[in-house]
Amino acid sequence: MTEKMITEKDVEYVAKLAKIELNEEQKKMFLKQLNDILLYFDKLNELNTENVEPTSHVLHLNNSFHEDVPEPSLSPKTVMSLTRHNKSGYFRVPKIL
Amino acid sequence: MQLNELRVIEFIEMVHKKKISVEQVINDIYLRIDKIDQKLKAYLSTNKEVALHEARRIDQMIKKGEKLPPLAGVPVAVKDIICTKGIETTCSSRILQGFIPPYDATVIKKIKDAGAIIIGKTNMDEFGMGSSNENSAYQTTLNPWDINRVPGGSSGGSAVAVAADEALVALGTDTGGSVRLPASFCGVVGMKPTYGRVSRYGVIAYASSLDQVGILTKSVKDAALMMNIICGYDEKDSTSAKTSVPDFLTDCREDISDLKFGIPREFFKQGINTEVKENVLKAIEKIAELGGEVEEISLPNIEYALPAYYLIGMAEASSNLAKFDGIQYGLRIDENNDLEDMYKKTRTAGFGPEVIRRIMLGTYALSSGYYDAYYLKAQKVRTLIKKDFDEVFKKCDLILCPTSPVPAFKIGEKIDDPLTMYLTDAYTMPVNLAGLPGLSINCGFTKDDNLPIGLQIIGRAFEEEKILRTAYNFETHLNSSGYKKPKI
Repeated sequence: MTEKMITEKDVEYVAKLAKIELNEEQKKMFLKQLNDILLYFDKLNELNTENVEPTSHVLHLNNSFHEDVPEPSLSPKTVMSLTRHNKSGYFRVPKIL
Repeated sequence: MQLNELRVIEFIEMVHKKKISVEQVINDIYLRIDKIDQKLKAYLSTNKEVALHEARRIDQMIKKGEKLPPLAGVPVAVKDIICTKGIETTCSSRILQGFIPPYDATVIKKIKDAGAIIIGKTNMDEFGMGSSNENSAYQTTLNPWDINRVPGGSSGGSAVAVAADEALVALGTDTGGSVRLPASFCGVVGMKPTYGRVSRYGVIAYASSLDQVGILTKSVKDAALMMNIICGYDEKDSTSAKTSVPDFLTDCREDISDLKFGIPREFFKQGINTEVKENVLKAIEKIAELGGEVEEISLPNIEYALPAYYLIGMAEASSNLAKFDGIQYGLRIDENNDLEDMYKKTRTAGFGPEVIRRIMLGTYALSSGYYDAYYLKAQKVRTLIKKDFDEVFKKCDLILCPTSPVPAFKIGEKIDDPLTMYLTDAYTMPVNLAGLPGLSINCGFTKDDNLPIGLQIIGRAFEEEKILRTAYNFETHLNSSGYKKPKI
């Protein structure tokens, strides 16, 4: 692997995907830190994992079902009390189109 | 002795014998908090009015001779990552400032049903991301053994609340060591149960394949009692295990002559502080004297656990934290009247630097073209780490090692170098990768600075009983100096 793995453009692209806005100073900081950390992560390539299955979860759970019995849920009033942007029982958001 | 200094089991006995009232104890707890928490900053918020009301209600039950639930009146501190109905829950993040959950997490419901009283919510590294509590958006909790040092993280507030007698017991969460590390740095008992043992319904997710609720206590028996209450299947958590829960409190009192212990040589190599090494080796000798059979073992792939852990944790975090969009609850910044802009402004203002760092790295590791090289690779390495443990547990019941390679470090020492900070979790996070239970118990102090050192006991999945039994025997029969308190 090359010493510098990601560029400022990559940092901007990832920030865009993550919906984060970075100023110039933060971009520089993250460029350095992310490269340092990714370089360290490269250590994993020392291991041959060709015939190894990935582990996404340790418990080997299958689909977890329970009885389909109706139960009371949170009332719309309770849920809407969590926001200051309640308009007639709807969440008001800025213009989408 | 002030009543806030009691252990849970002592408290319960005294309450049942009517030697003390619950109200007295709750009052003593809040007096203690008023006296020292401005300095230590363990709590983000307290719940005095409701707590005193509850205390009086339980005192009335006692007066009337009613049957008491198992934790009647026990004052508990709760990490601010666990949802508490009607009490602000922020994860020490700006993005959740003002969020008042409309429901209790299952673990909160369980302790409340058992009669426990919530004293307040404790400080933490934002969303559980950190090893020092310096990543809280609100305050840095100080270590009561030396206020120039960190308490460890991410459940630092919970560990300090217990160590400094601001609660009798605390709930925390442990994704890569977040209960065990602060327990080690603050000289208390910290137990992380097996993955799936305790319901995570209502616990705000950081890395879902690693997160688990844990407890911080002043004694092993207290930890065993709390385990009896909080463990068990919950249909609201689809990763909850349907394994039966033994009586940990009864079982931990048995001897350990039937147990075999493995000492992983990799954990005593370079990077370990000499005094940590000496004290942990001394503790291992004591456990051998008690009848435990001890042998050296190897976890050959352990040096690859840390990068695998951080990759998996960051990838899962970037996915879990995508839900914080400013729409339904928490912070919202929408001055520019454009939806996309609102998302970005809210998230940028709401998340601290470490959270943004992990979201960025996680997003990168999951992004098109890099998934196989990073995320999938890390999951394969996770398989190898798990196999290492499986091999060891064919011949040993438990593993003994340090909880952390170093004692508590100075505030500010590692905060500017994320990678160095990550190394703090080197001895704890393999346990989360393999989904195993682990416990940290104090096994000594450094000579010059008098800083606590933690012994870590790791067991097979769902064999917490053996861990607690070992810790109990170590604590009672060997650690004759008993539980030491910081002078604060």
